[in-house]
Amino acid sequence: MNSLGQPTIAIQNLDFYYGQGNLRKQTLFDINLEINAGEIVIMTGPSGSGKTTLLTLIGCLRSIQTGSLKILGQELAGASKEQMIQIRRYVGYIFQAHNLLKSLTAKQNVLMSLELHSIAIAQTHQQAETMLTEVGLADRMDYYPANLSGGQKQRVAIARALASHPKLVLADEPTAALDKKSGRDVVEVMQKLAKEQGCTILLVTHDNRILDIADRILYMEDGRLASQSGTLALTEG
Amino acid sequence: MKMQFKTPLAWLQVSRERGRLMVAMAGIAFADMLMFMQLGFRTALYESNTLLHRSLDADLVLMNPQGRNITNLTHFPRRRLYQALSFQGVASAEPFYADFLDWKNPQTRIKTSILVLGFNPEKSAFKLPEVEQNLDKLKFPDTMLFDRGSRGDYTSTLEALDKGQPVTTEMRDRKITINGLFISGASFAADGNVITSDLNFLRVFDNRRSNQVSAGLIKLEPGVDPKQMAATLQANLPKDVRVLTLAEFAKVEEAYWANNTPIGFIFTLGAAIGFIVGIVIVYQILSSDVADHLAEYATLKAMGYRDLYLLGVVFQEALILAVLGFFPGFGISYGLYALTRGATNLPLFMTLDRVITVLILTIIMCASSGAIATRKLRSADPADIF
Repeated sequence: MNSLGQPTIAIQNLDFYYGQGNLRKQTLFDINLEINAGEIVIMTGPSGSGKTTLLTLIGCLRSIQTGSLKILGQELAGASKEQMIQIRRYVGYIFQAHNLLKSLTAKQNVLMSLELHSIAIAQTHQQAETMLTEVGLADRMDYYPANLSGGQKQRVAIARALASHPKLVLADEPTAALDKKSGRDVVEVMQKLAKEQGCTILLVTHDNRILDIADRILYMEDGRLASQSGTLALTEG
Repeated sequence: MKMQFKTPLAWLQVSRERGRLMVAMAGIAFADMLMFMQLGFRTALYESNTLLHRSLDADLVLMNPQGRNITNLTHFPRRRLYQALSFQGVASAEPFYADFLDWKNPQTRIKTSILVLGFNPEKSAFKLPEVEQNLDKLKFPDTMLFDRGSRGDYTSTLEALDKGQPVTTEMRDRKITINGLFISGASFAADGNVITSDLNFLRVFDNRRSNQVSAGLIKLEPGVDPKQMAATLQANLPKDVRVLTLAEFAKVEEAYWANNTPIGFIFTLGAAIGFIVGIVIVYQILSSDVADHLAEYATLKAMGYRDLYLLGVVFQEALILAVLGFFPGFGISYGLYALTRGATNLPLFMTLDRVITVLILTIIMCASSGAIATRKLRSADPADIF
């Protein structure tokens, strides 16, 4: 595809096992995948097919066992704990549950992500406000998560994931807990921001209503990537 | 711009959960109160039993080595005082008598034990202004001064004496007149004290002879070092007397209560229990707090926060709780001290070093609970939670 320079994600011959000894069970089989900068990729497939496992490997939440996984050119196989922590800071993660810190306001939640980077404190405040305005929550900055709707909470989570302009955003079922309208709003905000910032998105979902935002759709079943080439014609509706 | 600090996560979490904060503060305040009261009682015990000692007008004290405390001084030959007087640097050496007996409470006519102290009324043995003013009264037979700090029903006695009316009572079938007051205070050893002349003392304790003195009060010439003089006297006097500085004499009394009775141990144990109760309460609060925030902490780890940051959050919360809980604990204890002082005449005062001791103990208490609570953080693994 349009791959000048290195791909954002490059996976080769990746296997993954859970458990030890007799209980050892293979979850991922020989995954090979390249995702290029600026692509929005949706990964779909039945429950238990290994989508979330793959996502946690890419997000540096688990260690690679066999095979190779490179993010932004950096090899994760054999990476130290400290290296993994550093890479996590350059990956935006959006969870199925919003996972906002309930003792913090919307703005403070976004600040928590910005404070991981060496940015002047005054600037983090400005960036957090800009980000929340862009997701349409300018008037909700000092609200606590308990006082926000599901869609608003997920939009705060998106602002948090994208505030520090990561090169890669991983989203695990971000619309699962939302109704149709809010789900749609949330992915559109994601898509808009990703295009503006030029970041790559890998989104795991069961939700057929949002497939049209993808540049490419991957299908996973029983730990294997079934289709890689099925680029949909529906992009940018 | 409101604040220029990084988001103070620990403080925001502690202050956001009002209910939990209140419970934690109440628990820490209770633990602090226990520690304050127990440590206070322990000190009051020592102080109230040495108040009298420390008000003696003497540089050195002679006592029988067998003597245990002020109510059990036994006695030694008065001749030792004359021997001490022959040393250069010794200005005076006066006999002092002390013993317990039951007297009739002048108000209720019920028998109560009282400590009787006797000395030569030519010169006061105590650095107490009221005793000095009333010395002449003690020269009359069977006349005594009463300690207004005594424990018991003495309200009408004190009222009469304050108006200048003498009060009479009985001691070992002798009619005694009280016509003066002084203040020293009740102690664990004695509910009350009376002061009288050496002659009156020997009239009441008719089994004691004047040459059997309870203690000797030695005053030194100006510029003589008490410690050095004590060593010299100890080396030259027979072994049936012990020579102590006034501070050492008070220490003998303290050591008696600390070692020969379980009271000192009990109060130390009480303070330790307060400390442990505090650890348990703070641990409960912190560990349920960590459990509640486990998903959030896992999220922070997924974002790239280190384990050390989360450890820091838990310890900061522990410290915040320690400080917030300390103040109500201090306030309650301050009130209870005043209440206890009013009810018992025990010298229970809030001293700066005790405030610092309890504050440090509170911080150690909360930090230990925090250390145990951080074990739960290990389960905040982002890969397992999502």
